[in-house]
Amino acid sequence: MSQIPADLKYTTSHEWVRREADGSLTIGITDHAQEALGDLVFIELPAVGRALAAGEACTVVESVKAASDVYAPIAGTVTAQNEAVTSTPELVNQNAYDAWLFKLQPADDNAFAALLDAAAYAKEI
Amino acid sequence: MRPARFHVADKGITLLKKTALNTLHRAASARMVDFGGWDMPVNYGSQIEEHHAVRRDAGMFDVSHMVVLDMKGDGVRAFLRYALANDVEKLQTPGRALYSCLLRDDGHVLDDLIVYFLDESFFRVVVNAGTADKDAAWFESLRAKHAPAVTIQRRSDLGILAVQGPNARDRVWQILPDAKPATDELKPFSAVAVTNAGLSLPPCGGGRPEEPAPEAFLIGGAGEGEKHSTAFFIARTGYTGEDGFEIIAPHDAIVTLWQQLDAAGVRPCGLGSRDTLRLEAGMNLYGQDMDENVSPLESGLTWTVDFKDAARDFVGKTALLAQPPTRHLTGLLLLDSGGVLRAHQTVHTDHGDGEITSGTFSPTLGRAIALARLPSAVQDGDTVAVAVRDKQLKARVVKPPFVKQGKTLIGI
Repeated sequence: MSQIPADLKYTTSHEWVRREADGSLTIGITDHAQEALGDLVFIELPAVGRALAAGEACTVVESVKAASDVYAPIAGTVTAQNEAVTSTPELVNQNAYDAWLFKLQPADDNAFAALLDAAAYAKEI
Repeated sequence: MRPARFHVADKGITLLKKTALNTLHRAASARMVDFGGWDMPVNYGSQIEEHHAVRRDAGMFDVSHMVVLDMKGDGVRAFLRYALANDVEKLQTPGRALYSCLLRDDGHVLDDLIVYFLDESFFRVVVNAGTADKDAAWFESLRAKHAPAVTIQRRSDLGILAVQGPNARDRVWQILPDAKPATDELKPFSAVAVTNAGLSLPPCGGGRPEEPAPEAFLIGGAGEGEKHSTAFFIARTGYTGEDGFEIIAPHDAIVTLWQQLDAAGVRPCGLGSRDTLRLEAGMNLYGQDMDENVSPLESGLTWTVDFKDAARDFVGKTALLAQPPTRHLTGLLLLDSGGVLRAHQTVHTDHGDGEITSGTFSPTLGRAIALARLPSAVQDGDTVAVAVRDKQLKARVVKPPFVKQGKTLIGI
């Protein structure tokens, strides 16, 4: 069974979102997502400073078997990308909640609350 | 993210067909997918580790979804000389096997298959799962018209296990010790039937998983159970570029063999690693690298179409001779970083555009590789550009195979 930590928020497209103390959001893909994709071999992250619309495809993750897009859970500006996962994509397979992809400064602070909680996401998968 | 290529079959889809090993796959936490209407394992955790196990040691694949068609009777050789694009006249020693395409009248590919010559009135054909019904109907229509004395029997009583890797044969002999004398000297692309292979059954018998008896999953130690008297059909063939066997046997014997090979350290491998292994080995996948829209002469399979005997007619021959190929199937190695080569990406060359038919990340090379259908004038060594999302990535045209018997065959 895939893990769904209770302290994170989720999207129906299998991203997880954590709100940091400074109000920024850290984003990754869920354990269910990495399991479905299989061994990851390539990740391309959005550039720092890029403005993303909610739902915009902004990251490419490729496994041995398929390429998939990762979508911006909410609108905002990219403030950081995790270079460790671009050089070692399998980190996401090893721990999907540790291996974050990028950080976002949200355009609207209230949008976070509207994301799925762990129980709602569990029903989605 | 939205996983794209494989339809995930975890959620209680009941219409999928199951092999005799299905319960064992699920017990081993395999990730299951719908493959040609069958509920099959794509991996048991890590596709890449399964791939390496086959290149470096030994892995096994449940390929019981593939279909065995036994063709018997007077005139069966002449029938297959007409039905297949390769010429079974090459098969003169019992047990010898041949790879061939099954063509339509227009020369396009209905399927690819392996045919075994057993005796003058018995040939065995193994075809793909997703195409089996179509193939059986096609063979039957040809048989009715051209060889009414021949019978075709679909052997749904048999399963198939592929054991592949540099140590695969040794592991099989460890479990089937009495099969060693008959298979030790077996040449590649040959098979032999072994009646008393020495498989030890647990005291209660093999047991199919749908007749659950917990004891049936125990491994019988040497001498503990009776010896299995089932015939194993053992072929030195495979779809990985490594040495090994493909073993055809009744389902209960396949289940017991799987359990004992598993206990002996042969790694269960799913269809995911089977795909990356065959692609590294430069082998085509039906439905992807060729299908009913293309000729074998544009699919890297010219070597399998035998025109040598001018007196031999075969299905598709006239059409092939009338349509000289303008494209060929060859390999690509991605030179730039920026993604993975995938089926349907466009390839820009100096001689016009082509298309990738199969692409993946090669675990052995650590690079993206592909098979691509390109204009005939494109040469090995040429540099081409592949459209990967919004980028044009450079790739080199290389002659497959990329990897065989654990060795890299192309310059990186």
